[in-house]
Amino acid sequence: MGIYLPIAEISVNVFVLLAMGAAVGFLSGMFGVGGGFLITPLLIFYNIPPAIAVATGANQVIASSVSGVLSHMKRGTLDFKLGSVLLAGGVIGSTGGIYVFALLRRVGQLDLFISLLYVILLGTVGGLMLVESINALRATRSGAAPVLKKSGQHNWIHRLPLKMRFRASKLFVSVIPVLGLGAGIGFLSSIMGVGGGFIMVPALIYLLKVPTNVVIGTSLFQIIFTSAYTTLVHATTNQTVDVMLAFLLMAGGVAGAQYGAKAGQRLRGEQLRALLALLVLAVAIRLAIDLFVTPPNLYSLSGVGLY
Amino acid sequence: MKGLKALAAIVFLSFTAAVPATAQTPLAEGIQIGLSTDAVSITAGFSGADLTIFGSLENPDPLVARQGRYDVIVVLEGPPKPVVVRRKDRVLGVWVNLDSETFENVPVSYSVATTRPLQDITEPNSYKQLSLGASNLYMQPADAGDSPATIEEFTAALRERKAAAGLYSENVGGVQFLSQNLFRATVRLAPNVPVGTHKARAFLFKSGLFIKESSAQLEIRKSGFEQSIFRVAHDYSFLYGVFAISLAMVTGWLGRLVFRKD
Repeated sequence: MGIYLPIAEISVNVFVLLAMGAAVGFLSGMFGVGGGFLITPLLIFYNIPPAIAVATGANQVIASSVSGVLSHMKRGTLDFKLGSVLLAGGVIGSTGGIYVFALLRRVGQLDLFISLLYVILLGTVGGLMLVESINALRATRSGAAPVLKKSGQHNWIHRLPLKMRFRASKLFVSVIPVLGLGAGIGFLSSIMGVGGGFIMVPALIYLLKVPTNVVIGTSLFQIIFTSAYTTLVHATTNQTVDVMLAFLLMAGGVAGAQYGAKAGQRLRGEQLRALLALLVLAVAIRLAIDLFVTPPNLYSLSGVGLY
Repeated sequence: MKGLKALAAIVFLSFTAAVPATAQTPLAEGIQIGLSTDAVSITAGFSGADLTIFGSLENPDPLVARQGRYDVIVVLEGPPKPVVVRRKDRVLGVWVNLDSETFENVPVSYSVATTRPLQDITEPNSYKQLSLGASNLYMQPADAGDSPATIEEFTAALRERKAAAGLYSENVGGVQFLSQNLFRATVRLAPNVPVGTHKARAFLFKSGLFIKESSAQLEIRKSGFEQSIFRVAHDYSFLYGVFAISLAMVTGWLGRLVFRKD
């Protein structure tokens, strides 16, 4: 069944989009990530113009983050204060990101920049995760107890000034890295259409030493607002948010997420991380190939002020 | 068909009646086209269509008409817009948009219908002068200081891309004479036909010589639910953004209600 997307201005198959949303929802339920980093490249592979894929991806991330946050709020695994400081940084980063986004679009380098960012970030995160999970798998196989990092360990980040106390996270840390992290995620959110959970979660755990149980809830909490802000700014400055497209993805995603969460319970943590790492790497490689393979058309047209 | 013949007969009669008055200098030939409507609405599922334009020759020379030496070219030209053409080149193995050329006032779409193949109607030079036909259309570069070779290369790429997108098309034989002076032209509207004011132009040639041109305007609009969304997204973009966010939040919340597992 074909449907015409009003903003992307192309006809697409409803079932492909629902399936895409459901598949990504399944994975995001399984791995506890927002799924934006999968949705946006998939949309680009499906010939949605990258500018629209990014803005719509940000919109879609809101839906999956809201349902995630609701369950974390119930369990009390959410640090509102930490989330709010991250959010303040996020708004700054996101504003800068939108400006860069519009600039790149004007000079015709947006598509390239989006692909490059995806390849670099997904490649790095996927590679690190794969190494870490394979080591963990080896360790459990050889019977050795996994080495856990203690949350009391200090690094250079804890020597920065302007310290602030975050009670729910049992944390006393400078606001500078928190704001900086928020700003970085906000920047990526507006340029890549991702919530940034796949960077936020490891950064909170390894850099700020936030206890793992509050990390996902807090990251999701701030992602809702960062992506909402990103969506709003994209809608007003670039008119690239396609609600029809976003809604189809959300509908599929919300349904897929529960089955994913169920399936995730049957797999062990390291196996889950190794699978996610492989998936992330696969997306990165696919995008990288497109950068290097000779395109069928060397010339492209774009309107002035249009995509 | 009977009605058309009758109409042709009336026109012919009026033509013969006019002859004695200007016996020495026959009336100049002219061309007129008429559109049944001045606006066309296309819906979201629009998958392309043929647009029929009727027209007539004024004061045709019956002898020339009988020999088929009148030729008509009908063009439906989309609204002019500036366009940037970019070329990808390899930088460290990666394909990057490097060179670009901006053209002013490029018709977004350009579909041509002709009585015969373009090369049979008149000289390449007169097409150039008239800026007629997708391959003769004059594209004005924004920066005239660029080298002619570059401009030529990007102009060719622009035409090729437009043709590949179905926006520049040619329909040879798309203009048919229904009688000595009545003709019907069929021009293609591509599925991605741009909205805006289109211009229908008809060119009359006699034995390879350009005689006259006439034009009419046609408004192409999109209608339907999807178009309303598009308009809201552009005219009330802030409210649209708020709506998009609310929709996502409600969907997320409903999803949690419907599918909750804890």
